[in-house]
Amino acid sequence: MSLEREKIAIIIAGLIIGLIAGLLVVAGNPANMGFCIACFIRDTVGGLGLHRAGAVQYIRPEIIGLLLGSFILSLIRHEHGSRGGSSPVTRFILGFFVMIGCLMFLGCPFRMILRIAGGDWNALVGLAGFACGIGAGVFFLNRGYSLKRTYTQTKLDGFIMPAVQIIMLLLLILAPAFILFTPAGGGPGAKHAAVWISLGAGLIVGALAQYTRFCMVGGIRDFILFRETKLLLGFIALLVAAFAVNLAVGNFHPGFTGQPIAHADGLWNFLGMLLAGFGCALLGGCPMRQLILTGEGNTDSAVTFLGLAAGAAFAHNFALAASGNGPTMNGKYGVIIGLIVVLIIAVVNTYSQKKAMN
Amino acid sequence: MMIDARGYSCPEPVIMVKKALEQQDDKTCEVLVDNHAALENITRFVTHQGYAVESTEQGDDFLLKITRK
Repeated sequence: MSLEREKIAIIIAGLIIGLIAGLLVVAGNPANMGFCIACFIRDTVGGLGLHRAGAVQYIRPEIIGLLLGSFILSLIRHEHGSRGGSSPVTRFILGFFVMIGCLMFLGCPFRMILRIAGGDWNALVGLAGFACGIGAGVFFLNRGYSLKRTYTQTKLDGFIMPAVQIIMLLLLILAPAFILFTPAGGGPGAKHAAVWISLGAGLIVGALAQYTRFCMVGGIRDFILFRETKLLLGFIALLVAAFAVNLAVGNFHPGFTGQPIAHADGLWNFLGMLLAGFGCALLGGCPMRQLILTGEGNTDSAVTFLGLAAGAAFAHNFALAASGNGPTMNGKYGVIIGLIVVLIIAVVNTYSQKKAMN
Repeated sequence: MMIDARGYSCPEPVIMVKKALEQQDDKTCEVLVDNHAALENITRFVTHQGYAVESTEQGDDFLLKITRK
């Protein structure tokens, strides 16, 4: 693909993804939450009963669709390959704390953009923290930070997570008694579009993201590192399209207070996304990108996905997640600990291998 | 200069190329990568920087030859 075509493709993809995200809210998803990888993984682990926060329990078909959309397209494009082995445990821990940061802010980088598109200016504070976090990651990347290389894994390894998604879909549809659902009116988990709409939206967005390598972290990172704007254009196109849908359907409500599934504590919105941005930069991509790579057979991203899921379960079991009422004390400790852990991972993986890299 | 960036994931291959080009006097290098994302990212970066790049498939890998225009 020529450079011009790559840019046009990502702008079109960004516009379509933003449009779909805006319309998912119209179809029943929570406000400013057409997509939120952090929230939806959190809802999914809640649906499985791995945490018992009754307000956020629902196996989200968007997650299933994203992963399978990427899986199917990568098979068609001969880009599916089972690869992994690049510091998987470190990636698990990074995924874990990225989730803690996201649930302090109440959204992944994707939802951060959707919140801005809905007029939630708290997300601008989050964006500032996110960009600073990525800047911190770039600082270490420029100095030789690496989680070392991947290797080819067994063929089966790259097919396990897509297979798990099919099982998740079956659990959602068959709804055996041990699968939990937030009762109607019981919280964000009760707000969702019809299963097939959510699944279809996930499949389309997953395929588009696989094709264009869409990434919320990559946009800002590549701009800082190389003055490269391709991924940033996708980010902006997504914002513009979601904003347009919100305006058209009356979902644009500018302000700081009274925003849906958000709090107005600026410091912790900033620090939550600082942690998410820093962790994601060290992982090489945002939570959505991790799902897309998992679909492509990347088992390191699969482990990251599991880390995100574990983080979500812990966040609600130990009252780390913020709510519309603001952050919790435990959550503040969680974010501080996360920042320290991520910093240690960055420093050790930069300076311990400097000799080897040069 | 030959860089083996196989197995490294985005953005490391691009950083490896960037550093190599900065260190080299003749401003040329060859890079071996094993995934499409790295191929695209390196191509985009060096083209932006005013280099010519030629890529060929080598089994499961791609070899990029980067030269000053």
